[in-house]
Amino acid sequence: MEIAFVLEKFVFITVIFALSLVVAMYSTLAERKIAAFLQDRVGPNRAGPGGMFQPLADGVKMFLKEEIIPTQSSKFLFIAGPSLAILTACIGSAVIPWGQDMVLFGRTIALQATDINVGILYIFGVVSLGVYGVMIGGWASNNKFSLMGAIRAASQNISYEIPMGLSIIALLLLTNSLSLKDIAEQQHGFNWNVFYQPVGFLIFLICSFAETNRTPFDLPECETELVGGYHTEYSSMKLGFYLFAEYINMFVSSAVMATLYFGGYNYPGMDFVNSLIGPTWGPLLGMGVLFLKIFAFIFFFMWVRWTIPRFRYDQLMNLGWKVLIPLAIANIVLTGVVIALVNKF
Amino acid sequence: MNLFYVVAFLSIFFSLLVIFSKNPVHSVLYLIVTFFTFTIHYILLNAQFLAIVNFIVYMGAIMVLFLFVLMLLNLNEETEPLKPTLLKVMGVVAGMCLLVTLAGSLKALSVSEPVVLQNVNLGLVKNLGKVLFNQFLLPFEISSLLLLSAMVGAVLLAKKEA
Repeated sequence: MEIAFVLEKFVFITVIFALSLVVAMYSTLAERKIAAFLQDRVGPNRAGPGGMFQPLADGVKMFLKEEIIPTQSSKFLFIAGPSLAILTACIGSAVIPWGQDMVLFGRTIALQATDINVGILYIFGVVSLGVYGVMIGGWASNNKFSLMGAIRAASQNISYEIPMGLSIIALLLLTNSLSLKDIAEQQHGFNWNVFYQPVGFLIFLICSFAETNRTPFDLPECETELVGGYHTEYSSMKLGFYLFAEYINMFVSSAVMATLYFGGYNYPGMDFVNSLIGPTWGPLLGMGVLFLKIFAFIFFFMWVRWTIPRFRYDQLMNLGWKVLIPLAIANIVLTGVVIALVNKF
Repeated sequence: MNLFYVVAFLSIFFSLLVIFSKNPVHSVLYLIVTFFTFTIHYILLNAQFLAIVNFIVYMGAIMVLFLFVLMLLNLNEETEPLKPTLLKVMGVVAGMCLLVTLAGSLKALSVSEPVVLQNVNLGLVKNLGKVLFNQFLLPFEISSLLLLSAMVGAVLLAKKEA
């Protein structure tokens, strides 16, 4: 029993890990294709049919580039920066419930790496840790532009973590649980949280853009002002790690948003479908639905990137502190009052 | 229990490195690792909420601000001005006084009875929330007011200079 359990978790975590890497890999191609589509171009189409092998070609290129470590830099921290960035990007998916419990060969398998009772806070902690990769890398480069990028990343992340946390509090008032599994179960069918918390979702979405350093919040790597931002001095696969971590972050935060607000693996009519195709394929279909939602969010991330220009830094700070935080607090108060009234009558 | 000793050793090891490393940025990074070992201690005590809050607040927010300030200051051994000898002597005397006091108070200390928790699940969110918002509501509110006034004060001080 014990060995079977360990094996089951090991296989499941490996599959999720591989899936997130593959999704992140093909997000790079999707980004370029979508950019091309929005700008009325063709996009990469040389490697393989329709450019299918472009991510592989990019990966090989990254590995084969010369590795340069600046002489005046702190070597250990220079390598630790991108490693930390990709580590924190990958561990976020540990608490996301990918589907209902699945029955396979007579065993009930939970489609979740671990269901800790502080799941949301874990995600929040991992997100707040994500900035260290950028900060350490930027500082260790011993370059003014890198340092400026790192400092921008730090202040931006700190500023946008506050409205993000506040928007989660309003959601928690509704769900009464910190476990992501419970939250996903509560949204059974079409009872999605986004209908009860539209403002909270909007704040969370904006903060996700800021936390993943995506346009219009990509000031840490603003090339018109800072050359390449925090990764100016990086080359080869260490640069690749930074770029890749961004796509994994995008995948994980899309998964979190889909789980918290858009019902996760739930879809209308799922009970009927589950009774038709049984307890093995039903949860897998739910997982497929969750992935569709994730892809929709990833598309939204890219759509925004190629549509909206980047903020100025003071605009970014104003939006965070003077608009989002008061809005989030008002949302909490409103949610609390409504819940109290509903409970009373 | 063995795991506890390993983690405790790591905590002490990294906190010593905080003191002994020459570069202030390295010190802060070691402090972050030290806080991470504290998180593991909390998890070993089944205090999951405290663990994750320690993780978010200390590692994720306060240390980022520390790092932020230190990176901006750009402290280096080369740019650090040499301290006068008198200051060094005074530092040694003050440190010795502290050592004597600590040693004296440690000697007077008797080994306390080990505290046994009545409820092992005390550290879980649900129980902690109930205790915090029923039994300790007044202290909780007062401390939140204290934090708010500190925040307003900091903003006021910053505004005055501009």
